[in-house]
Amino acid sequence: MQALIQRFTLSQISVAVSAIILASLLGACGKSDKKTATAVPADATEVKIGHVAPLTGPIAHLGKDNENGARLAIEEINKTGLMIDGKKIFLTLVPEDDAEDPKTATQVAQKLVDTKVAAVVGHLNSGTSIPASKIYSDAGITQISPSATNPEYTKQGFKTTYRLVATDAQQGPALANYVTQKLQAKSVAIIDDATQYGKGLADEFEKTVKAAGLKIVAREASNNKATDFKAILTKIKGTKPDVIMYGGMDATGGPLAKQAKELGITAKIVGGDGMCTEKLADLAGDAVTNVTCSEAGMALSKMANGNDFQKRYKERFNTEVQIYSPFTYDAVYVLVDAMKRAKSTDVSKILLVMPDTQMNGLTGNIAFDKQGDLQHGVISLYEYKDKKKSVLDVVKM
Amino acid sequence: METFLQQLVNGLVLGSIYALIALGYTMVYGVLGIINFAHGEVLMIGALVSLTLIQGMMILTPLLPGWLILVLVLPITMAVCAALSYTIERVAYRPLRNAPRLAPLISAIGMSVLLQTIAMMVWSRDPLMYPQLLPSLPIQLFNSAVTITGKELIIIAVAFLVMCALLLLVERTRLGRAMRATAEQTQIAALMGVNPNRVISITFMLGGALAGLAGVMIATNYGNANFYMGFIPGLKAFTAAVLGGIGNIRGAMLGGLLLGLIESLGAGYIGDLTGGVLGSNYQDIFAFIVLIMVLVLRPSGLLGERISDRA
Repeated sequence: MQALIQRFTLSQISVAVSAIILASLLGACGKSDKKTATAVPADATEVKIGHVAPLTGPIAHLGKDNENGARLAIEEINKTGLMIDGKKIFLTLVPEDDAEDPKTATQVAQKLVDTKVAAVVGHLNSGTSIPASKIYSDAGITQISPSATNPEYTKQGFKTTYRLVATDAQQGPALANYVTQKLQAKSVAIIDDATQYGKGLADEFEKTVKAAGLKIVAREASNNKATDFKAILTKIKGTKPDVIMYGGMDATGGPLAKQAKELGITAKIVGGDGMCTEKLADLAGDAVTNVTCSEAGMALSKMANGNDFQKRYKERFNTEVQIYSPFTYDAVYVLVDAMKRAKSTDVSKILLVMPDTQMNGLTGNIAFDKQGDLQHGVISLYEYKDKKKSVLDVVKM
Repeated sequence: METFLQQLVNGLVLGSIYALIALGYTMVYGVLGIINFAHGEVLMIGALVSLTLIQGMMILTPLLPGWLILVLVLPITMAVCAALSYTIERVAYRPLRNAPRLAPLISAIGMSVLLQTIAMMVWSRDPLMYPQLLPSLPIQLFNSAVTITGKELIIIAVAFLVMCALLLLVERTRLGRAMRATAEQTQIAALMGVNPNRVISITFMLGGALAGLAGVMIATNYGNANFYMGFIPGLKAFTAAVLGGIGNIRGAMLGGLLLGLIESLGAGYIGDLTGGVLGSNYQDIFAFIVLIMVLVLRPSGLLGERISDRA
């Protein structure tokens, strides 16, 4: 025994741990499941559109939802047939996995640039969209994020960054207004998942509630891989807040709401778009009735063709729309619209006409301001009834 | 004071979960001297297999009470995990038994990635809801100073029972003696009539069964299961096992409980202690500072010297 223990030194532990981390990274890169692309017809030119979202890890289900939206749009367009400048075009989706990790995000971004994609739909998270945007900007490739809400994303001075959702500078205040006006809360506790998205949203929320004169009794942070929140929640329970706000995704927000209930906390739990999914009802169990959350776009049920989209999505993928697939769907149509107006599938020509986008998409009217943010962003508020999301309010910001 | 007591209880529950996993880790290390990094993945498979079984039973026999379903599902899950663990040993470790120490470590990591990918393909990438089969309503104790749920009490009890059972097995039975002999000197043990391959296989199967049990317990506690759920708990349990003295059964229990308590108290008080410089997202540094200190001051872990407990 003694001999064995001596052989098992600290350096071996560090080797082991770094090997695991390396392996998990490699695993993340290697595991992206690529469907064999449908063959390009002989008379058509292939145009590649990149899509990036986490396909592995805690929010892989949301990443797959995003990818499905883009895939649905591309399949529809190919079915109808797309002609640009007299040439027949066949779109192919190049799906990549960034595993919700900023470092991996830049690697796959470079990979997409090397694959010569015409444009990129993605990434899902703010924390990955922002580092990747530098690479797309250097290559002059248009990047439309369907779901990155952190204001910083479009504030970097890049010409290539666009998004189809409102920002946290709108979402934070919308949630805060709900808490102060509708819930009449006097004190709040704020928790975030220490990601660019979660912390950013929590900061915006904090700013507005502070300005409204509410007391912030606790400001805590966890991380986006955590499963146990009892320690943080116990600390918060001692401060007796009226409302707990969580900035993070459903994979952590669900267990958090559940454990709050188990600790006997009765404060209302509010959260942003990251946790505002159908899946949250499963993850939080009965505690989901205590949750109010927001989406940084039009609610699916309030979209003119929302029900129709939901039906086609279900038919094609045999699963429910989680949250942002309508936005990736629209992102593809925005790009195709740009190709049509530019009369070209060239990277630089697409980018050139992007600012003039004027489109009536599934998710509403799409037009961009100078930065690449939506001109008419809306925030939808939801509660959960019978384990289903139900729209509480749609706020124009 | 109420908050402090509650944090202690939280730590105890979290620690029992770590200890339950660490016990499996430590068994295998004790006999073979290798770190079975696929242990966390066996746990994950256990949770997912039990989920499928539970879903099946809820459809076939909807009238059975939840705890009875769990009691019926548990042995099957543990058997599946034991078989899986046996296979892993045969495929990934036995051919490498005389190879350099790093080789089985790498094959363990490969096994871990492989199992995760298979689980992702079989059970999908969605986080899955795990039915609440044990009581999860809060129970108030000590003038409602402390809140705990029934399932948490069960987890603490199970961890202690498993530790006691393992100690009895290793110290009081014929098989335990064979395990200790194999651990000390495989060749000599073979000369004395012990079949080392058999002992090692049994050890792996026991470790796998324990991982299955831990998987069911974790999934029941957090109410969900998914293909990546084994990784972080596996890493934490490994830390706990090293903290307590890897290869030592009481050490795994102690290390697990300590790690849970340190994390819980760390998350609760780190903000106040550092004047807000470090937030509760730094809770892990407490655990690892303690780990480094223990390794520097007592390289064999807290209880690492008690050779007689070696299993």
